[in-house]
Amino acid sequence: MPTASEISNSVREGNATAVDHVKTALVAIAGRNDELGAFVNVCEDHALAQAERIDALSADEKQRLPLAGVPIALKDNICTDFAPTTCSSKILKSFNPPYSAHVTEKLIDAGAVVVGKTNLDEFAMGSSTENSATCITRNPWDRERVPGGSSGGSAVAVAADMTPIALGSDTGGSIRQPASLTGVVGLKPTYGRVSRYGLIAFGSSLDQIGPFAKTAEDAALLLGVIAGPDTRDSTCVSTDVADYVGSLNESIAGKKIGIPREYFAEGLSDETRKHVDAAIETLRGLGAETVDVKLPLTKYGIACYYLIATAEASSNLARYDGVHYGHRSEKAGDIVEMYSASREEGFGAEVKRRIMLGTYALSSGYYDAYYLRAMKVRTLLRRDLEKAFEKVDVICSPVTPSTAFKIGEKTSDPLAMYLADVYTITANLAGIPAMSVPCGFDSVGLPIGLQLMGPAFSEATLLNVAHQYQLNTEHHQRMPS
Amino acid sequence: MSKPLTESEVRHIAMLGRLQLSDDEIAAMTEELSAIVGYVDQLSEVDVEGVEPTAHAVNVQNVFRDDVVRDSIGPDKALANAPQRENSFFRVPKVLDQDTV
Repeated sequence: MPTASEISNSVREGNATAVDHVKTALVAIAGRNDELGAFVNVCEDHALAQAERIDALSADEKQRLPLAGVPIALKDNICTDFAPTTCSSKILKSFNPPYSAHVTEKLIDAGAVVVGKTNLDEFAMGSSTENSATCITRNPWDRERVPGGSSGGSAVAVAADMTPIALGSDTGGSIRQPASLTGVVGLKPTYGRVSRYGLIAFGSSLDQIGPFAKTAEDAALLLGVIAGPDTRDSTCVSTDVADYVGSLNESIAGKKIGIPREYFAEGLSDETRKHVDAAIETLRGLGAETVDVKLPLTKYGIACYYLIATAEASSNLARYDGVHYGHRSEKAGDIVEMYSASREEGFGAEVKRRIMLGTYALSSGYYDAYYLRAMKVRTLLRRDLEKAFEKVDVICSPVTPSTAFKIGEKTSDPLAMYLADVYTITANLAGIPAMSVPCGFDSVGLPIGLQLMGPAFSEATLLNVAHQYQLNTEHHQRMPS
Repeated sequence: MSKPLTESEVRHIAMLGRLQLSDDEIAAMTEELSAIVGYVDQLSEVDVEGVEPTAHAVNVQNVFRDDVVRDSIGPDKALANAPQRENSFFRVPKVLDQDTV
C-alpha cells in the first residue's frame, strides 16, 4: 500500500481519486479483518460518500488538503458522530456519540476519510487487546500472538496494510507498545499537544491521542493535522505547532542521545537488547553522540502509574451509571441497585479491577499512602527526566522488554501484564513525547521497536531522528506474510 | 508492608465503586488486589519529604474563554442514547423510598 503522503499527492495532482484509494482500503479490510480482528466497525457508506465529496472538489480546493483522500482508521474510543463509539465495552455497545472528537473533525477538514473504528482493550485498559468485549485482535506477524494494546486494532490496521495511517490513544504506552509489537511507527505526543475533546476518558492527566504509520514521514504529516489548540479541551496548549514534515530531512549529526542504563537492566530480553543496541549504533553512524543518563527511579514508575491511572479511571468511569447513555440493567430496583447492576453487567474484568484499585487508592485512610504518594513520586520521575534532558536531545531505549507474547499467555496474571509497561509509562507520567520505530526482528521474525523520548514539545526532533533512521534501515519495509 | 486485603474490605470498595460483584468475583478480586497493592507498596521506599505532588504534567491553570452564547446539542440529541426517556427527561427508578419522603 502507498504511504499517506503518496496517496494525498496523487489525489491533489489528479492522478487518482479518493474513491479509488478508499475502495482499495475497504477491499483490504474485507479480505483480512475476519482473520485479524483489527476493526470493530467498518464505515463503508460514510467513507465512500466522504471520498466522493473530496473528488467533487476543485483542483484548488484539493491543494489545501494535506490528507486528501487518505483512508484512516480510528481507535474506537475516539468519538465519531457518523458511527457508534463503543470503547470495545458492553456498557457502550450501542452508543452513538452526539458529536465528533476534535481530531475527527480535523481529519475530515484535512481530506482524510475514516474507513472504520478499531478494536481496543475495553476503555483502553490493557496491553494486549485481549480485554475487548468485541473480538480478539491478532498480530499479523504471528496470528497466535497478541498485537499489544490497548490500541491493538489501529496498530494492526497499519501493520497489515489495511489503512496507511491510524489514530490511537496512549495512557501508559497504548500506542508505542502495539506499534513495537506489530512493526510500525507509533507516536505519543506531549500531553496537551492534541485535544482530548471527544476522546473517551481513561486517565485524564495521562491520555493523549497520537498517530500510527509505516513511516516517520506519515506520522509527521498526521501529527501536523491533529496537533494544536482547541477551546473545548482546556489542557490543550496554544504552543505553536512545529513544521514536523519540514524538519524531517535535517541532519542528526551532533544530536546528543541519552542512554538510560536502567532501561537495559534485568528483565530485558537479549534479542531486544541486541537490536536496540544496533539501532543506537546506526544513529551514532549518522553522527549522533551517545551519553549515559541516569533515571534511577524508573523501577517505581509502574507502581506510580497504576495508582494514578486507576484513581483517575475510577473517577472518569463513574459516569457509566445507566442513566444518560449506555447499558442499563433490567434488574433495577432502586436507583443505587440500578447503578451497581448496570456497571456489573456492562464492565469486563480488567475494567472492574482498575475501578476497584483506583477506588481503594482514593478511599479514606489510603489516599495519603497511595494516591498522594504516587503524585509525589511522579514529580521526582519528572525531575529526573528534566535533568537528563539538560544534557541530551533524545533518550533511546527499548519499548518493551520482549516481543509479542502468545494470546492467553498473560491473561491470568494481571500484575505480570502491568510489569511489561515499565519502559513506556514514564513518558506519560512526565507528559513528554515518545515514539516507537521498528528496529529489527527477533529470531522467529517478530518485530522489535526502538523508543525515542524527548523533552516536552520536541516531536519534530523525535520525528527527524526516526526519519533519518528509516532512511538508513529497511525494517519498516518488511511485510508480514 | 501492607496486610493483604480481606473480603469484607473488597466488598466495601465494591460498594464505593458501585459494582455489584458476585461472590466469585469478590474472592478473585481479593487475591488480585492484594497482589497489586503488595506491589505498589514499594513506593513507600521513596523519600518524598517536601516534594510537591504532580496532578498534571503541563502546568496550565485558569484557562478562560469569552462568555458568549453558543449552540448546544439540544434535548433530542442529548436524549438519543438514553436507556429510558419520558418526554424531555431521563427516566430513572425512584430515588427515595415512600417512607423517607
